[in-house]
Amino acid sequence: MALDFSSMTVKAWRRENGRVGVRNHVLILPVDDISNAACEAVANNVKGTMAIPHAYGRLQFGEDLDLHFRTIIGTGANPNVAAVVVIGIEPEWTQIVVDGIAKTGKPVHGVSIEQKGDFETIRLASWKAKEFVQWASEQQKEDCPIGDLWISTKCGESDTTTGLSSCPTVGNMYDKLLPEGIYGCFGETSEITGAEHICVKRAATPEAGEAFMRIFQAYQDEVIEPFKTSDLSDSQPTKGNILGGLTTIEEKALGNLEKIGRTSTYIDAIGPAVAPGKGAGLYFMDTSSAAAECVTLMAAAGYVIHTFPTGQGNVIGNPIVPVIKISGNPRTLRTMSEHIDVDVTGVLTREMTIDEAGDALIAMILRTANGRCTASEALGHREFSMTKLYRSA
Amino acid sequence: MSRPQLLVHDHEDNVGVVVVEDLAAGTEMLCVVTADNSDFRLTAKADIPIGHKVALKAMKAGDTVTKYGEDIGRMIADVAVGDHVHVHNCKTKRW
Repeated sequence: MALDFSSMTVKAWRRENGRVGVRNHVLILPVDDISNAACEAVANNVKGTMAIPHAYGRLQFGEDLDLHFRTIIGTGANPNVAAVVVIGIEPEWTQIVVDGIAKTGKPVHGVSIEQKGDFETIRLASWKAKEFVQWASEQQKEDCPIGDLWISTKCGESDTTTGLSSCPTVGNMYDKLLPEGIYGCFGETSEITGAEHICVKRAATPEAGEAFMRIFQAYQDEVIEPFKTSDLSDSQPTKGNILGGLTTIEEKALGNLEKIGRTSTYIDAIGPAVAPGKGAGLYFMDTSSAAAECVTLMAAAGYVIHTFPTGQGNVIGNPIVPVIKISGNPRTLRTMSEHIDVDVTGVLTREMTIDEAGDALIAMILRTANGRCTASEALGHREFSMTKLYRSA
Repeated sequence: MSRPQLLVHDHEDNVGVVVVEDLAAGTEMLCVVTADNSDFRLTAKADIPIGHKVALKAMKAGDTVTKYGEDIGRMIADVAVGDHVHVHNCKTKRW
């Protein structure tokens, strides 16, 4: 019997701006690389907080700096985050991040290191972090409709089994849940190569299709053409993809696009870490196909759960967004099952239909939203990787 | 239905995917087309790893390889029915 998705609810946190979060993190967020040590010290002082160190934030400019701020502010603003302590070397850029996160209405406080040093910064930030973590621990979950979830997707360590099983499983989930009002997101600009003619037809409007083609063509012209080293640039497909049986980028792209299902259409094509602005529905985001970079950008855009099909076995996680891994490859389930949340090997043995696999994924999304720890969370995978557009000044 | 050794996305495809481990040369495979669950038999000409492709038809260098009913590249060597198709004999048309 078909499931009634419209009546499904999850217990989650309704944030000050109305968005629904499925985790309740208190972040100690560095503006820049040289503030990582202070953030880690604060997270060590105050249990229940999390520092997310990263590699950048100094001497960036222009579009690259915009993306940096968008990613940091978006990460702090994500509904899976209850409150944020921001630490940066200088007061001005620290305040930009604080002000950006404060627009959500959530508690946020900034401390800058210059004229204080690490010791005083850590002391001030630790007091505030303790206040935030105790406040966050009393925030109550409430019943929220499944349609309030923002669910992104990106596959990794793909092989031919992802196109046959785990990617269409995600596509089936989108076909069922997008009509319920969720926000969806797929990306991986380089990995659409060979299937762009299909992707453009899946746009909901001619404008959305044109926006996708502009992003796709810009990547070909500005990145692939100037920097390519061979027909594959030794990167697409990856060595892991090739071991798994994928031969060409076209084959990989066709499997990748299985993630948007049969009936779903995207309503806009947006820049990296840009919050979707056209209401509920599916969005294409301009991202790298590298797993951690892509998931970091989608989390910064506001997505609260990530669905991740894998064939050969990608182990990625994210600090603030639970990453649900789906695999249909029996060898991967045999050798690295600790990383997999949803086993769809039955699709390859013809003991499970794609419709049943989609329902199994939706059941796991509900459990994850209600608090089940994903494999990547249990294993401590907190990959936070900033996308950099060009060299710093 | 017993478990297939080879899955094919579409009837237009000229390659299928091995979906079992340790497939040995000479195995008469049960092959299923996922588009409509129809099936046929084909003998593997080599030991082919899980996830790798098998030629469903004889192909010559220059021929287009079709999977998902779409163009996924071109052959750069001739293959017979049941042969392994991968980076040694098939290439992208891009980049």
